[in-house]
Amino acid sequence: MNMNFLDFEQPIAELEAKIDELRYVGDDSVVNLNEEIARLKSKSDSLTRSIFSNLSAWQIAQLARHPSRPYTLDYIERLFSGFEELHGDRCYADDAAIVGGLARLEGEPLVVIGQQKGRDTKEKVRRNFGMPRPEGYRKALRLMRMAERFKLPLVTFIDTPGAYPGVGAEERGQSEAIARNLFEMSRLAVPIVNVVIGEGGSGGALAIGVGDRLIMLEYSIYSVISPEGCASILWKSADKAEDAAEAMGVTADRLNSLGLVDEVLREPLGGAHRDADAMAQSLRNALVSNLDELRRHSLDDLLAARYQRFASFGRFREE
Amino acid sequence: MNWFDKLMPSKIKTQRRSRSVPEGLWTKCEACGSVLYRNEVERNVYVCPKCDHHMRIGARTRLKTFLDPGDQTEIGAGLLPEDPLRFKDSKRYRDRLTQAQRATDETDALVAISGRMLGMPVVACAFEFSFMGGSMGSVVGERFARAAKVSLSSRIPLICFSASGGARMQEGLFSLMQMSKTSAALAQLAEAGVPFVSVMTDPTTGGVSASLAMLGDINVAEPQALIGFAGPRVIQQTVGETLPEGFQRSEFLLEHGALDMIVDRRQMRERLASVLAMLTRQAQPQS
Repeated sequence: MNMNFLDFEQPIAELEAKIDELRYVGDDSVVNLNEEIARLKSKSDSLTRSIFSNLSAWQIAQLARHPSRPYTLDYIERLFSGFEELHGDRCYADDAAIVGGLARLEGEPLVVIGQQKGRDTKEKVRRNFGMPRPEGYRKALRLMRMAERFKLPLVTFIDTPGAYPGVGAEERGQSEAIARNLFEMSRLAVPIVNVVIGEGGSGGALAIGVGDRLIMLEYSIYSVISPEGCASILWKSADKAEDAAEAMGVTADRLNSLGLVDEVLREPLGGAHRDADAMAQSLRNALVSNLDELRRHSLDDLLAARYQRFASFGRFREE
Repeated sequence: MNWFDKLMPSKIKTQRRSRSVPEGLWTKCEACGSVLYRNEVERNVYVCPKCDHHMRIGARTRLKTFLDPGDQTEIGAGLLPEDPLRFKDSKRYRDRLTQAQRATDETDALVAISGRMLGMPVVACAFEFSFMGGSMGSVVGERFARAAKVSLSSRIPLICFSASGGARMQEGLFSLMQMSKTSAALAQLAEAGVPFVSVMTDPTTGGVSASLAMLGDINVAEPQALIGFAGPRVIQQTVGETLPEGFQRSEFLLEHGALDMIVDRRQMRERLASVLAMLTRQAQPQS
């Protein structure tokens, strides 16, 4: 079983394995196998297309957490030039689960902040699986205030299972750190674009997710609690995560149809990890056009519109 | 669950009415076990006269004992919850709502009233914990935002008593967005220099603690209240060790710098009135 493929992708994985085998044989064979390879390749593509045209919410959640999925630094590297990472909250520590700094997009300077997961085991631990502690959120807030001071737009990349639930995190005020960011971002006087690139896990995601535009990649998810958490509370069993993912409506397209997300960016065939460059290119276009559009508004209008946007979230009746 | 319960369709099933304070002439303190005369407990604003345990109380009782009688206007009373996701787990969200509404006589988990406290005009809200764990969905968020708006336009202080497990899962991302909605409303109050006092009561966790509850100009808690971002069980699972004594209790939070003060419920009115009078540069209120 190829670990690069998820459960539901196994038929594709088998085809791809066959293609690799033929290529290997073809190299030192007199028989020309190119035709056969091309035939299998197109079969594999159409199989991928058909599987991916009908993904369940749970399958999309698995793609959002795919171990090869591009993370914040992968996008920063592809989208921006001159990235200078800035460290520390000036109070306690530098949290590696959140990265941030100065960078240029098409020459224009901005501040970028994002949650960062690790690729190998050692880095995963160092980055705490992308679960920030209060010092991470306070570093983010420090960088946001710097953006405001120097009139630089803010771009945030959201990719976290959630804020870290630990003893130290509670002692240092995890709740307050998240709440403070929501409070400050609601009136931060610069254009803000938030992008969910993988997992948008609850308050830990929202803490860098308040802004003027919310973009989600096609196979990213955003939810009030993880499907597993929801399942273990409401279904009394974490095995029902699949049902919970469906019921909560965690996918980009569903949230877009509910009016909670402004824009959904299509991913390359098979997901962003199959072609990170192509994904980055489409993300760059989206960032440039959104920032251009936001820059045209006066600050007062921008902040009034941002307030209205959040005030309008909610579904209720009135008698 | 017995065979009869299993047989009944979920919509006609109602759980036993759960009350934070049991009915009857006598009541028992769940902390020290003393048998107490109910009238005496009521007179003592539901604080055990023997051990000072602060019992959980409903939103109406809370506001009734906190605000001056008469001259009260309820805010957002006509708001009713919807089921935007048509959410269903073992039970439909609609049925859970109906059940909670019957059990509590409330339409949702927040009550907001504009009135007076020791003569001082205030807007006060309180979470109803018996209504789906005081969870914050669209109606809670909207009522809170409207309360903040009344407070802003009349420039009178806002006070919120929180008692909540967090965001309401059944409304999905709409619930999460109530965190930013309520925080944005508080940012407007702060900009206008209108004070907000957050009183955290047992328990205040999750999305409510990580938004409006921690954003008070003054953060207050009742003694011994459980306050935190993650629940103790989740933390225990994550760290795999037993949690320190008194972890996530008010006294622990005060020690770690998250609270301004812990106030006994019996002194709540006087203490808050005194603080608010100073913040708004008024004469010391007469109690």
